[in-house]
Amino acid sequence: MSDINSNIPEGELTSKWTKYKSSVPLVNPSNKRTIEVIIVGSGLAGASAAATLAEMGYKVKCFCFQDSPRRAHSIAAQGGINAAKNYQNDGDSVYRLFYDTIKGGDYRAREANVHRLAEVSANIIDQCVAQGVPLAREYGGLLDNRSFGGTQVQRTFYAAGQTGQQLLLGAYSALERQIGMGKVEMYTRHEMLEVVKIDGKARGIIARNLITGEIERHFGHAVVLGTGGYGNVFYLSTNAMGSNVTAAWKAHKQGAYFANPCYTQIHPTCIPVSGDHQSKLTLMSESLRNDGRIWVPKKKDDNRKASEIPEDERDYYLERRYPAFGNLVPRDVASRAAKERCDAGYGVGASKLAVYLDFKANTERYGKIEAAKAGNHNPDKETCMRLGTAVIKEKYGNLFDMYAQITGENPYETPMRIYPAVHYTMGGLWVDYNLMTSVPGLYCTGEANFSDHGANRLGASALMQGLADGYFVLPYTIGAYLSKEISVKAIPTDHPAFVEAEARAVGILNTLVNIKGTKSVDHFHKRLGHIMWEKCGMARNEKGLNEAIQEIRALRAEFWSDVRVPGVVNELNPELEKAGRVADFIELGELMCIDALNRNESCGGHFREEYQTEEGEALRDDENYAYVAAWEFKEGVNFELHKEELKFENIKVAQRSYK
Amino acid sequence: MSTGNMNLTLKVWRQKNNNTKGALVDYKLADISPDMSFLEMFDVLNEQLINKGEEPVVFDHDCREGICGMCSMYINGRPHGPKDLVTTCQLHMRSFKDGDTIVVEPWRAAAFPVVKDLTVDRSAFDRVIAAGGFISVNTGNAQDANNLPIPKMQADAAFEAAACIGCGACVATCKNASAMLFVSAKISQLALLPQGQPERYRRVQSMVAQMDAEGFGNCTNTGACEAECPKGISLENIARMNRDFASAKFVSEETV
Repeated sequence: MSDINSNIPEGELTSKWTKYKSSVPLVNPSNKRTIEVIIVGSGLAGASAAATLAEMGYKVKCFCFQDSPRRAHSIAAQGGINAAKNYQNDGDSVYRLFYDTIKGGDYRAREANVHRLAEVSANIIDQCVAQGVPLAREYGGLLDNRSFGGTQVQRTFYAAGQTGQQLLLGAYSALERQIGMGKVEMYTRHEMLEVVKIDGKARGIIARNLITGEIERHFGHAVVLGTGGYGNVFYLSTNAMGSNVTAAWKAHKQGAYFANPCYTQIHPTCIPVSGDHQSKLTLMSESLRNDGRIWVPKKKDDNRKASEIPEDERDYYLERRYPAFGNLVPRDVASRAAKERCDAGYGVGASKLAVYLDFKANTERYGKIEAAKAGNHNPDKETCMRLGTAVIKEKYGNLFDMYAQITGENPYETPMRIYPAVHYTMGGLWVDYNLMTSVPGLYCTGEANFSDHGANRLGASALMQGLADGYFVLPYTIGAYLSKEISVKAIPTDHPAFVEAEARAVGILNTLVNIKGTKSVDHFHKRLGHIMWEKCGMARNEKGLNEAIQEIRALRAEFWSDVRVPGVVNELNPELEKAGRVADFIELGELMCIDALNRNESCGGHFREEYQTEEGEALRDDENYAYVAAWEFKEGVNFELHKEELKFENIKVAQRSYK
Repeated sequence: MSTGNMNLTLKVWRQKNNNTKGALVDYKLADISPDMSFLEMFDVLNEQLINKGEEPVVFDHDCREGICGMCSMYINGRPHGPKDLVTTCQLHMRSFKDGDTIVVEPWRAAAFPVVKDLTVDRSAFDRVIAAGGFISVNTGNAQDANNLPIPKMQADAAFEAAACIGCGACVATCKNASAMLFVSAKISQLALLPQGQPERYRRVQSMVAQMDAEGFGNCTNTGACEAECPKGISLENIARMNRDFASAKFVSEETV
């Protein structure tokens, strides 16, 4: 069935990567010095790859649109990073991490890639600790772990609620070290606008200097995109304001297939929308579900305050429906369960689009433990709450502060109100086992690719994947390609392919500022987000998706005739930057709906209302849809489907159960 | 959905680029909701300006969760506004009242030149890190993470220093435009950890030299940086840096 080759090495699953590493062609040090690699993006995937490739001796150029590589959105990841270390002696292993990830992804990921990810996971922790990343420790001085959704072991390493920040600053420091040594040229406040292809191979990029507006041409023997996910297609998401699909989308238009775009992760625990002015949504880490219990009132439209609702009138619906995993079911399951309760009329808060995340029971439990440590074996409730609050504060203080700041409520006293929000995108540029896209010499790492999470990503696995790709996978696999490029001299950037690519980029910029329409970029972005959320969000159906496709096409036409972009091209112009990104989001939105419509099954983050079990769980169709949908861009915003069959040789495919 | 009823006057610094002079410009805003974040209030202002055919105010922002360190407004004479331990993006309009006049300026420091309006160039911070804010360990050289136990107190102290988001509020608020809080936080993080020891004295010398080369001022122990830091980075870090800097002359054979 496959019409694309994923280049998975032959052999036993457990030895594929080891064998591959020892047989992949190498590039000798003197050749590395003349080989140039362009990395776009400076998050976990980009910064780690840039630093590592430079350490290996390649000439590296790294680009980011922010004012410093340290600001990439990986920095906002809160909860943790998984690794199969088995430090807790709770039965963890590479196989278990592999198994949990495949199952968590609802059997829509590639076995070989996921196994490799699990294999290198332990190296990541070692590397980060060696860099001075201050991960949480126990009193014995060893690393601490906590639990995350979709697993029954404790394999998540963390640094309070700032794990992404600490890991990114580690990768950033490694990158800055190479910059200081002159081995990486860093281009901050630069946005990639085109991929340059020569004789079918990626040979460089066109970038815009965001300060001066100047258009620059950069050559590379290979180009790596570590440009993150596309959740901002929904306008409201937990992504940073600048997170965008533009680099990946331009690559897509140059021939890189876009895989599984409809797989969107809606995170169950985010702060609910408070008004029309809202510009972004804020995540409350999944780690909170370790100690928080999720509930709604048993009575419909119950307007009492949370504290006035007695225990036996509360419905802890996750614990009720999924006794084995309880509050720690995977994200897609938890999100749909919250939506189900709210749609049925049990939601809380003014909008009724929220459920409670309540820490009281665990605060009291921790308080008891603390009191016992101090010799008080019969503490009163107040003592328990006081001591327990200190424990909760140490674990999640920054998250509780953020919640209080945004909502004006004190989460130590009243339960948090939470609701699902767009958080992560499992889809992305299609890559083979080498992380190379369907364009030779063009690689894609981290959230920007589709590779490891199937239809649903488990918590604390994004940081793992980004760093695995950048530190331990790409630096090897890119050698397979570059070893054949050693005789290629740097191509001068007056080559016609550069001129042509630059003309494309400049053409779009000029068109955008010259439309001089009546509506702002945000106006269009909000409308796109509304269509996507309503019709291609947590639940989708055929009728809605068909409508959405028509509405998005109409919106695209309206955008290109009526958008208003103030200012000029050759200056710092954030409205122009946004306009280019929204134009790409509009095209992507259409493809997401087409993909969701094509996939006549429910799996992970893709829930088609027509395909569900009697209990409302996702109903897969393994016979017809056990494939990666890789879309090829065709002239005039059309898309052609290619299929990569997923073969499960080591795991028995079953209906996911967390009961 | 909440539409608010706050009416505000904004005085916002407008400056076309680094070669032109800037000035405060007055704007009126109506129907602001107390639930809006400060930056969402700026979104409203910009939407209004675009609809009137004027150029929107350029300001840095990205994550809007208080962690990326990109937002950088000097609000009523304080970096990140009136609330302690909060970045501009996490500041909400409930901290202001109806009828208020709010003055918004960019970070001001010689080492942070204005790029446009409220946006400044903070690349000096990156260059200071590139001078030594790292542990020289190439990928693949690490031993098992638990081979080296680190006392929890020490690891926690390193984490507290590492919580710096590199926003530059410390520089903006300092009368000397000193970057010592920022620089010392990184130096402390690494000096507190066993992995940071081999390069400890080399690091402090290189980073301080780069800090001086960038044109940041000196520290006169006013403590405004600590008071304004949205992440609560402690002044103790500066003391530690100074100690290490002084010791470097005696204990280290390397001079940088």
